[in-house]
Amino acid sequence: MNRVQAGMFAGTVFLFILLVVWAFTHPWFPELASDRATLDTFIRATLIITGIAFIFTHILLGWFAWKYRADAQTRAHYFPDNPRLEITWTAVTALILSILVFGALRLWARLYTPPPQDALVVEIVGQQFQWNIRYPGADGRFGRTDPKFISDQEYNFIGIDFDDPAAEDDICLQNQLFLEVNRPVHLQIRSRDVLHSFFVPPFRFKQDAVPGMTVHVWFTPTRVGKFEIACAEHCGLGHYRMRGFVYVLPSEEFRSMMTTLTIPASVLQQYPKDFQFDTLTLCTE
Amino acid sequence: MTRWVHSGTGESGLDVPVDTNGNGNGGEGPYPENEGALPIHTKQIGLWAFLATATMLFAGFSSAYIARRAGADWQPIRMPPILWFNTVILIASSVTMEIARRQLKRWATEALQRWLLITAGLGLVFLIGQYIAWRQLQAQGIYLPTNPHSSFFYLLTAVHALHLFGGLVALIVVFLRARRGVYTPYHPGVGLAATYWHFVDIVWIYLFGLLFYLG
Amino acid sequence: MAQHNHHTEPQSFIRKYVFSMDHKVIAKQYYITAIFMAIVAGLLAMLIRIQLAWPQLGQTWLAKLLPAGFDLQTGLMKPEFYPMLFTMHGTLMVFFVLSTAPVSGFGNFLIPLQIGARDMAFPFLNMLSYWTFFIGCIVILSSFFVEGGAAAAGWTAYPPLSALREAIPGSGLGQTLWIIGMVFFIASFTMGGLNFVTTVLNLRTRGMSMMRLPLTTWALFCVAILGLLSFPALTAGAIMLLFDRHLGTSFFLPQGLYIGGHVVEIQQGLTTQGGSPLLWQHLFWFLGHPEVYILMLPAMGITSDIITVFSRKPIFSYKSMVYAIWAISVLSFLVWGHHMFVSGMSPYLGMAFATFTLLIAVPSAIKVFNWLTTLWRARIRFTTPMLFALGIVSLFISGGLSGLWLGQPPIDIQMHDTYFVVGHFHLIMAGAALFGVFAGTYYWFPKMFGRMMNETLGKIHFWLTFITYYSTFFPMYYLGMGGMMRRIYDPTQYDFLKPLQPLNVWISISAFVLGAAQFIFLFNFFWSMFRGKKADRNPWRANTLEWTTESPAPHGNWDGPVPAVYRGPYEYSVPGAPDDHIPQHLEPEKVGVEVHA
Repeated sequence: MNRVQAGMFAGTVFLFILLVVWAFTHPWFPELASDRATLDTFIRATLIITGIAFIFTHILLGWFAWKYRADAQTRAHYFPDNPRLEITWTAVTALILSILVFGALRLWARLYTPPPQDALVVEIVGQQFQWNIRYPGADGRFGRTDPKFISDQEYNFIGIDFDDPAAEDDICLQNQLFLEVNRPVHLQIRSRDVLHSFFVPPFRFKQDAVPGMTVHVWFTPTRVGKFEIACAEHCGLGHYRMRGFVYVLPSEEFRSMMTTLTIPASVLQQYPKDFQFDTLTLCTE
Repeated sequence: MTRWVHSGTGESGLDVPVDTNGNGNGGEGPYPENEGALPIHTKQIGLWAFLATATMLFAGFSSAYIARRAGADWQPIRMPPILWFNTVILIASSVTMEIARRQLKRWATEALQRWLLITAGLGLVFLIGQYIAWRQLQAQGIYLPTNPHSSFFYLLTAVHALHLFGGLVALIVVFLRARRGVYTPYHPGVGLAATYWHFVDIVWIYLFGLLFYLG
Repeated sequence: MAQHNHHTEPQSFIRKYVFSMDHKVIAKQYYITAIFMAIVAGLLAMLIRIQLAWPQLGQTWLAKLLPAGFDLQTGLMKPEFYPMLFTMHGTLMVFFVLSTAPVSGFGNFLIPLQIGARDMAFPFLNMLSYWTFFIGCIVILSSFFVEGGAAAAGWTAYPPLSALREAIPGSGLGQTLWIIGMVFFIASFTMGGLNFVTTVLNLRTRGMSMMRLPLTTWALFCVAILGLLSFPALTAGAIMLLFDRHLGTSFFLPQGLYIGGHVVEIQQGLTTQGGSPLLWQHLFWFLGHPEVYILMLPAMGITSDIITVFSRKPIFSYKSMVYAIWAISVLSFLVWGHHMFVSGMSPYLGMAFATFTLLIAVPSAIKVFNWLTTLWRARIRFTTPMLFALGIVSLFISGGLSGLWLGQPPIDIQMHDTYFVVGHFHLIMAGAALFGVFAGTYYWFPKMFGRMMNETLGKIHFWLTFITYYSTFFPMYYLGMGGMMRRIYDPTQYDFLKPLQPLNVWISISAFVLGAAQFIFLFNFFWSMFRGKKADRNPWRANTLEWTTESPAPHGNWDGPVPAVYRGPYEYSVPGAPDDHIPQHLEPEKVGVEVHA
């Protein structure tokens, strides 16, 4: 009976290792669409390190379970400690982890450098349950906002003060974000009600939208295409349908679009049938 | 842990075994075999563990306070002057608590009871004084939600008052047991109440400084 | 001075089984209540899995059973019901099941027995702690039945969602009852913590030095300290949240929120920037991180005890196991911000938290290495408790390694709030704690009830559970890598998630089998209490003190004097000794061989 259990345990563990290795060969991550390739490198490195640790420890677990089953041994080997062994594996583990941490923190610091001057600036205001996007327009300045100006019926979702001259050329969108390929984008992310989180998996980008503070983060989209926006922080009963789209356009198309305020037909075609907000307008309208 | 000590005034010459750390050895308590390892009374360990948890509670509030204080809209309220009086009263009550504790060492049980009552009385005066401080603020139109500083003031004084009220209850219990003659100099009860009482006093002085003297 | 020479056992049913001060009865009360809460929380999980696998498929039979949560016409779950399910599943499991069964259940049962004491230091407080817990259970379960329903802001209860009743149904009375239930729970856990710490420090028998304690007791001791020092942060936060909800303060609410169609007035309308939602997160996770170690450490202690008995070998490096428990405990206070890397918190703070997070991986790894080395050249008997203990080692590795992903802030950007995290904590925390409860139950059942649990049923339970546990939770890593967010009522709304849906179906079916398999355990548990094979004192031939008394352990724990201790708990297969184990209490002259103490 012991032999059966030992065999089953070892067998299960080895089968488990094989299944896990096989499953990890499948490409689960959405294809990268931003300049954050180093992040993917780190994921790969971590996968390899943790993968080796996983396989190695599980091989030992399964192998020891089988080899040292009671009916194959007369007596266990009394081995209460071995300081040299312990120091060695502690040091090796600490070393590997230190290298990981050091590298990860260097990348982290790079991700949070101030955005470049020529970045496209976009404001994102999360609300229950849509994403409000705003461009500052030609003057490069956002109009003042205050919650007392908010009126959902009048499509003033973020409370723009239209008496502020800077607001005149602001461009407002809901659930769509247009970006220029290979141009850094500086996102100013906040919320008008509860916590949300702006998440676009192919950009390797996620940032919580916090009411009462604006978070500044930036990255560079590197691939033309359409990508989905998801909310990644529980924000209420509509959390599951805070879905939006990012359209990364070639430079010329993007610039002409922002001047003429016309969405190119190629983009419009990709909108879902029931998509409500398919116009690019000044906030004042 | 058992120690053999000479009891009372020494006239009877009686040596009695005393369970100095309250873990049941030496005849006090139902289980005589435990060795224990610490020369500290069991109930004292329990109390210090509780003081550690209570300290962390006030630490939690403190860190929230310090974080909030950094905000641009911080407008400290003016301290209600009666708080000085309350603080002095509470410090006095710690003094009387110590006097009470020392009475027990001299087996002066009558004096013990008297000083326990005085301490409890001073504690009650403190609570009334805190209530008056609240009323003084309310007379100025400053309530719990008025501004962040006032929110913390009401919150912290309320939580402290609750802890002090618990201490008052403990004092009354100790007083009643002293009246029944339960306590000897080796019994931890009065000392435990004293330790807790001093803790509540120290927390008040700390909160007082935090609320009004952080610069 | 009161003199008692022996403790008389109470006679009435009420004093023996209801308001008992005997630590063993209290332990069983906690344990049985935790089983009940686990059934409720498990059913909530089944509902979650039905919804995630088939979000657009109406379940009219379910709608008839739970009309409050479903549309009776279409059979579809209401979107506002789903958040209540994951909120309460998390809350009940983390606190009322997995902090309770291993800590209040096994801790209360084992600590006096393992250290050689007749009961806990404060038996009355112990009894009070159970009934306080009981009230907490009633309060929190009652939240399902109030208007607006149960709390629905997640077990993490982040404001503003949890602070304003218009933000989500369930943030009304339900959230208030959640807070009150948690306050009762925390009070109960604190009382228990005081008892554990005092008992371990002061009530050990002669010869039981701290470094001769079994690792189960060490783990429970450190867990008690963790609880005493970390829960107050949540208490403070909960009180402030209660004030924000009902008394107009703004500890966590910034000015200018627009919810429910209007601007939320705070601080009586004075111009003030208001509070910060991040403050809640800091306070919550200051508890939250030590809390996950509260769940895991007892299982690690139990694993050590069980592996040694069924390997007939000492635990490899007892000292470093103790230091590792300490290191994990201390470091657990320094890592809380790794739950907040993308919260808007300063990235510099993130760097500090990341460093400590990867540091805490070191003592965790050491424990795994020590367990594996204990198995090396051992003589392993595959009983049910041993199988579950080995399962814990595997789960700890599988779940712990993904912590190295999440602990690196750049990777966490991608993985935070996805199913990668859900897989991580279900494998390491929930898995280890759950398997710890199972391992401990099969192992200590004879001491608790005087009978053995059925081995065949136990093994069937193990294999079904082990395999379906992995098949349920391991694939969640892949869901997370694919980008599936947490707490989503309908993943098929997103094009990028549609290809992952077969995984969700697989996971759900696996979860149903996992849930069903637990009935084998429940049957075995209750049936064996009355019909199990009668057990001797020491059916597993183990060294620790609980095995020196009768099965079940009597009132007062030992009928004669409490045994004294002469050595550590792991003297198995000592070279030259007549037997393959030398119990802790055996006098040296009876052993016949020198043993290092």
